[in-house]
Amino acid sequence: MLNYTPKEVVEREALKINPCKTCQPAGALYAALGVNRCLPHSHGSQGCVAFHRMFLTRHFKEPVMGSSSSFTEGSSVFGGGSNLKTAAKNIFDLYDPRIIAVHTTCLSETIGDDLGSIITEMDIPEGKYVVHCNTPSYKGSHVTGFTNMVSGFVNYLSRKTGTSNGKLCVFPGWGNPGDYREYKKLMKAMKVPFSMLPDTSGVLDGAMTGKYEMYPDGGTTIEEIEGLGDCISSLALGIQTSEPSAVALKKKCGVDYNAIPLPMGIENTDKFIMTLQQFSKEDVPFEVEEERGQLVDMMVDIHPYTYGKKVAIYGDPDTVLGITQFCLELGMIPKYVITGTPGVQFKAAAEAMMEKFGIEDSVIKAEADLFYLHQLMKNEPVDIMIGGTHGKHIARAEGIPLVRMGFPVIDRYIHSYMPLVGYKGGMRMAELIVNAIMDYQDSHCEEKDVEMVM
Amino acid sequence: MKPAVVKRSDSGILEDRKKSIVYKVDGCSGNGIKCDSDSVSGAVSQRACVYCGARVVLNPITDAFHIVHGPIGCASYTWDIRGSLTSGDDLFRTSFSTDLRETDVIFGGEKKLTAAIEEVMEKYSPKIVFVYATCIVGVIGDDVEAVCRTMSEKYNAHIIPVKSPGFSGNKSTGYKMACNAIMSLIRNYKTDKKIKAINILGDFNLAGEIWIIKNYFNKIGIKVLSTFTGDSSYESLIRAPEACLNVVQCAGSSTYLAKQMEEEFGIPYLKVSFFGTEDTTSSLIRIAEALGDMEARAKAIEFTTRMEREAEEVIKAYRSKLQGKKAAIYVGGGFKAISLIRQFNLLGMKTVVVGTQTGSKDDYEIIENLADEDTVILDDANPAELETFMKEKGADILVGGVKERPLAYKLGIAFCDHNHERKHPLSGYEGVVNFVHEINKSINNPVWKYLGK
Repeated sequence: MLNYTPKEVVEREALKINPCKTCQPAGALYAALGVNRCLPHSHGSQGCVAFHRMFLTRHFKEPVMGSSSSFTEGSSVFGGGSNLKTAAKNIFDLYDPRIIAVHTTCLSETIGDDLGSIITEMDIPEGKYVVHCNTPSYKGSHVTGFTNMVSGFVNYLSRKTGTSNGKLCVFPGWGNPGDYREYKKLMKAMKVPFSMLPDTSGVLDGAMTGKYEMYPDGGTTIEEIEGLGDCISSLALGIQTSEPSAVALKKKCGVDYNAIPLPMGIENTDKFIMTLQQFSKEDVPFEVEEERGQLVDMMVDIHPYTYGKKVAIYGDPDTVLGITQFCLELGMIPKYVITGTPGVQFKAAAEAMMEKFGIEDSVIKAEADLFYLHQLMKNEPVDIMIGGTHGKHIARAEGIPLVRMGFPVIDRYIHSYMPLVGYKGGMRMAELIVNAIMDYQDSHCEEKDVEMVM
Repeated sequence: MKPAVVKRSDSGILEDRKKSIVYKVDGCSGNGIKCDSDSVSGAVSQRACVYCGARVVLNPITDAFHIVHGPIGCASYTWDIRGSLTSGDDLFRTSFSTDLRETDVIFGGEKKLTAAIEEVMEKYSPKIVFVYATCIVGVIGDDVEAVCRTMSEKYNAHIIPVKSPGFSGNKSTGYKMACNAIMSLIRNYKTDKKIKAINILGDFNLAGEIWIIKNYFNKIGIKVLSTFTGDSSYESLIRAPEACLNVVQCAGSSTYLAKQMEEEFGIPYLKVSFFGTEDTTSSLIRIAEALGDMEARAKAIEFTTRMEREAEEVIKAYRSKLQGKKAAIYVGGGFKAISLIRQFNLLGMKTVVVGTQTGSKDDYEIIENLADEDTVILDDANPAELETFMKEKGADILVGGVKERPLAYKLGIAFCDHNHERKHPLSGYEGVVNFVHEINKSINNPVWKYLGK
């Protein structure tokens, strides 16, 4: 496979080959699943939501719900207002969510449906909510859609009563349920009262009960989202993904914010813990210090295997930056750092990291595709790739290991239950990376070099 | 049979949806099930769009460039998802898109499309390019047909527009659009020359299924000319007009193509199925008969008898483990559902729920005839309905696609993927054996003992 990838890199103007992103609505749907008793709704053709559900199901291996306005030829000419009104009525009648989170699509954006006024004209039953955000598929990526949906909840629901609730508002950015659980564990350990939006733990990592719940118990409640306006401050994790939502909350309710990188690896997790400490003014408890110590201990153990290894990292911007930071801490050389999502801060942030660790000649590129990454690798090979499933053909073609992290991972199981963030997440990343390197050595070295003890 | 409006499970069913659900009861069907229409606004439908339908039919053409003209999503979601295997080129497993951005939406995307085609043509000079027009392409005023025409002339290649805006119908419409695209290619190779050979339509070589079927034809001395579209290539497709019979497997996607080829090239067609021993045997014999090839017929009878006996051995070994278990079926096409009901019957299993995404009225009539009394028959079901009926009927296993798997698991119900994610070929006699293995592996797995029921 991939015989068509030539070594010579030619500037492509028009053609995207093997994308490293998907469209906004998929991210909006994912974010909405992190709200309690919420049904995500796609305002567009019926295929969109079927694709998004399939895409998310393949990553999480869980049922993913979402409804559609099911546009027809007529709605594409006359607008989809009546479709949405009918949809909302049907949804409340049949599926009984507390809230419908509508996102737009390329189609409804292009024909110019004004969702704000359509929703205003709706008869929404008492105690029920309909919110929306604009997610034109031709701007940004699925990450942008995630951000827009989170901001949409804030814009519609958060309010300032004037009485502080003493909480920290946390925008955790795009993560797996395992990551969200890790944040909650650390905040509890740090004695920080918090509200986190969104939170897909308990929704997409549910336990097997033999019963199917359309709305599992997890997810941020509407009351919590309303209360975000009364938080003391907010903390945005992952600057590109979460800062815009923190800005939205500041604009609406005047809540000051702090934006830091995703807590992946030692330094970024330290930063996270210190930020929590500043909030709670409590000492860092032993169990957190112990976790940090364990992670450093592991890094010491494995450093002869990781040092100097060249790595290609691709995926969503904040996640890629987090993985890059940790790889640098492991003494690896992030040779190629790629995201499909557009945005200027990605390159600047990655360059600053490289400079700090004295790494030169890395290629850092936003809005790139995996075809381009493969071409780079053909010109100067790397030892290992880190990213989602879609790099597997490249890893195979180049005969190197692929460590699956980020989104989407559609060819492995269990990953969504496990954190990559925090010190625990660092331990897991360290284990995944070093095992891949050592498994490769075991299966590729000459017979005489096979070592029993490593 | 008369369609009884569901009473026992009224909760969870939209008023508009009741016509799409029937219980099989005695009597004769009056107006039948409501099917082949658009989903209700607000429904959590399992149904995909026109683009999806067109893409899944054309995607397996191995040496074609599939350029998706639209924002990135449509290309991302369909990148190498189908599990169609190839014995030749693997270009179709690479994703190409124009990744339309805001400026393109404002100023039109024709320039970008032209540039994308030029980049492809100049670097790879392929013989065939499909350009999929997605939802917004028409709305922003791009004339994809004109661009394709100009580019085809410029490069003397087949650059074929596929009209597939998602809103312009449902998945079945997409199948038609794909068939139109195929016709616009092979029409150029219309010929009076006929050879005694068949084309296989509606097999996408999932997990290598078409290789199994082609091997059967080889064994009974029937030549296969072209396959639509599993493991096909430009060179193989253009020979299709020379065939004297089309055999149609996935009727939902390919009957339309068969009808067009009958009209334009005078090739008659025969609907067949290679799911299950019964269907496989009768299909092979019927094809030999339709060709008037008595030698092939004799060989087919000998071959199928032997193969059936071998498969029966395996089925027999499993029957005691599976007898009396209850199955639910939710698949794309009607024909597949029909074959599955027959297979479950052979295993001594009872089909208690059966639904399709795109089944036609004819399909549902056959299903009603085959199904046991009180079987629930659904068109375009949503998860809530599937859940309601699987629970009510006590299904032990669900046969479905990617979105149904986790739903079944959540309910503690075993599962077999009979869609894009099937892990083993499920057609022919080998397929029956694989199918029985898969059903057994899931239904009799010790994991179900640990549910907190």
